[in-house]
Amino acid sequence: MENFYTDNKDLKFHLNHPLMEKIVALKEDNYKEAEEFDYAPMDFEDAMDSYDKVLEIIGEISGEVIAPNADSVDKEGPSLIDNEVKYAKGTQENHEVLTKAGLIGMSLPRKYEGLNFPIVPYVMAAEIVSRADAGFANIWGLQDCAETIHEFASEEIKQEFLPRFNQGATAAMVLTEPDAGSDLQAVQLKGTINASYDPDKDLYYLNGVKRFITNGDADIALVLARSEADTTDGRGLSLFVYDRKDASVKIRRIENKLGIKGSPTCEMVFTNAPAKLVGDRKMGLIKYVMALMNSARLGIGAQSVGIAEAAYREALKYAKERVQFGKAIIQFPAVYEMLTSMKVRTQAIRTLLYETARFVDVYKNYSFISEKRQLEREERQESKRYQRLADIFTPLLKLISSEYCNQIAYDSLQIHGGAGFMKDFPIERIYRDARITTIYEGTSQLQVVAAIRGVTSGAFLNRIREYEEISVTPELEYLRKYLIEMTREYEQVSGWVADQGDNEFVDFHARRMVEMAGNIIIGYLLLHDSVKNDEFERSAEIFIKQGKSENAQKADYITSSEIKDLGIYRYV
Amino acid sequence: MKPLKIIVLAKQVPDTRNVGKDAMKADGTVNRAALEAIFNPEDLNALEQALRMKERVPGSTVSLLTMGPGRAADVIREGLYRGADGGILLTDRKFAGSDTLATSYAISMAVKKMEYDIIIAGRQAIDGDTAQVGPQVAEKLQIPQVTYVEEIEKVDKGYLTIRRRLDNGVEHVKTPFPALLTVHSSASDCRPRIARNVMKYKHARTLTELQDTTEDYTKMFHDRPYLKIREMGVEEIGADVEALGLSGSPTKVKKIESVVFKAKEAKVVQSEDKDIEKLIVELIENHTIG
Repeated sequence: MENFYTDNKDLKFHLNHPLMEKIVALKEDNYKEAEEFDYAPMDFEDAMDSYDKVLEIIGEISGEVIAPNADSVDKEGPSLIDNEVKYAKGTQENHEVLTKAGLIGMSLPRKYEGLNFPIVPYVMAAEIVSRADAGFANIWGLQDCAETIHEFASEEIKQEFLPRFNQGATAAMVLTEPDAGSDLQAVQLKGTINASYDPDKDLYYLNGVKRFITNGDADIALVLARSEADTTDGRGLSLFVYDRKDASVKIRRIENKLGIKGSPTCEMVFTNAPAKLVGDRKMGLIKYVMALMNSARLGIGAQSVGIAEAAYREALKYAKERVQFGKAIIQFPAVYEMLTSMKVRTQAIRTLLYETARFVDVYKNYSFISEKRQLEREERQESKRYQRLADIFTPLLKLISSEYCNQIAYDSLQIHGGAGFMKDFPIERIYRDARITTIYEGTSQLQVVAAIRGVTSGAFLNRIREYEEISVTPELEYLRKYLIEMTREYEQVSGWVADQGDNEFVDFHARRMVEMAGNIIIGYLLLHDSVKNDEFERSAEIFIKQGKSENAQKADYITSSEIKDLGIYRYV
Repeated sequence: MKPLKIIVLAKQVPDTRNVGKDAMKADGTVNRAALEAIFNPEDLNALEQALRMKERVPGSTVSLLTMGPGRAADVIREGLYRGADGGILLTDRKFAGSDTLATSYAISMAVKKMEYDIIIAGRQAIDGDTAQVGPQVAEKLQIPQVTYVEEIEKVDKGYLTIRRRLDNGVEHVKTPFPALLTVHSSASDCRPRIARNVMKYKHARTLTELQDTTEDYTKMFHDRPYLKIREMGVEEIGADVEALGLSGSPTKVKKIESVVFKAKEAKVVQSEDKDIEKLIVELIENHTIG
């Protein structure tokens, strides 16, 4: 029996982080639901044991059902029949078995038929499913929309829609349009979707076209539309929930994609489609979609780690079996270095993933608690602190995990040699599936735009200082010294760039500076992981040593540049 | 339609599908310590059929019955995780060493203490592969039996319509119930564990299991009586001790051999009529075929 949770000890390690005690306590609010629901935990240990057992189910379904279906799903793909999407046979089977196991709507409260799981185990489930089939992970992962409805919609809408997730309802976040991709403020600017208010029915009617919508024909769709006539920017946009039962949307086409082929990417035509307003008008983009995007970015982080894990395992297996020049190719330095580096980078993005997930968990829990009672001053401060950390770590995670996942998939295919270029091995699909991760839910370039605020505000540096305070074992002290040295260099370089007083110059070096901060942060995370478990020691050593020379190179490049150098890059 | 009472007979078996070098002891018996204990695969197929009947006839209940040592309570929990309503562990030192005859006797005596419309089991267990216990239980209860069940196609008042998987095709049969069915591995796989049920029933214990822990279950059993897994022994089922265990088991294992097939020499035959004909003659002569 394949089990993608139990065969990877790193997952349980990250699940059992000390901060979980706080997270679970906040999520379960003194474990009082144990009286009301027979599946609610009685205490912290009980809750952790439940997460472990449920992840075991996910691991088994991923290993035994989803992964074996991945190849046929990729080949068959979804089809469009009478303007409706029909999933590939394997996709239907995957969805059905996860529904039966009650694994949709995992993070919703129990009163809406959810499992009330914190973000950390939910994200872990997403990583596991992504390792099995990254394309399918999108369909399953769109249960994020439930979280947005739960966070922002009225009680009436929650009652209507949320319990349906546990029954297997699928979801879509319907944001982009032909001329509004990265620039979502442009929604309706080109006269696409118009929502005109009908006060008698308390409904809005949506008209227009949406494009590149993952799982567009889902049962429940969250739609970003312009509710305020004569507006042109993000402040005129609101978020709506549309029920597929109303049959007012036509799927015009399914895109033919490079990867994640099992996940239908749709063009949707809305014709007087009735929809309900989520939360307040005009807050659609600036508040709700931002929240939705943040959880989606965390989701892409999980997806990237899952793909990286799959790619690494394929390479390792192949390198052990493939014999050339009389020995398995894993014995050649050029190959084993690549494999080790892949493993190190997979562990690097995994530790960043769960650190970020914990930040999100803490502050989201506080925000739900604040709806029930006023937070104490200390709680408010803590909530703010974690929210700020989540705000800078989320784009950092999305950037680094998706880029690494592509490098790892690339190297894995390379290790397969010519065989990897053929359709005979899974790596070919994994390589194609990886490609989208640096693009959707905000490109890497846009993640840098968000993450650079962590550099310029000093927020990354503050966090790094906190990591610096944590003591390590004497044998690992030399790595901490490296990181302190890297921090000094980073501080100096980022300070120097700021001193130049030119925003474009900051933008020009933004990615380099964000990546320097990322190397230090991940270095500390791996170092602290090694203190708890010596399995991570080699990864920490390799990562920090590589990061050190990478940062030195970036520092050299940055400090050797001048504002006028920007010109030479403009000649294309 | 009246709700059905369904009993699933399930067995905990060593996982013989992943056999390593240490799977057998020197004396030819199974080294149970080296093999993971699992829910017998075809019993899972049977559980799925039972759960489908439960869904079809509202109000029906599914109970598991398993015979084995204390750790076989895992089988009951696994059933609860997947949607069964309860289960009984038939356990007693006096059962030790029972062959299929003694086992089916014990099970039939236990079943008589329970209410049932349908008893459903896997065709055979992967440790002994005898496929005898199910049919023997049916004989002892004097109820009809349908073996090699692939799907229960219809549940009507008083009778079932069933598709059987045979060597050369399928057969559709009807049986009145109470009846006993044994399910073939070609039947649908069992549904997954249900997340909520796992969280609900993971604390389910037999009294014997509680003796080995320091945890106090008094309050939990009081608040959540469904967590108590019932055990039955020889006395509760009113069985004759002589008919159980080694004394009740006429089957004696004489010798167990590990047979490994290996090709000693290879022979290449061209795909020409002449060569094929020669091969056929040779195979008939050495009694490989015919």
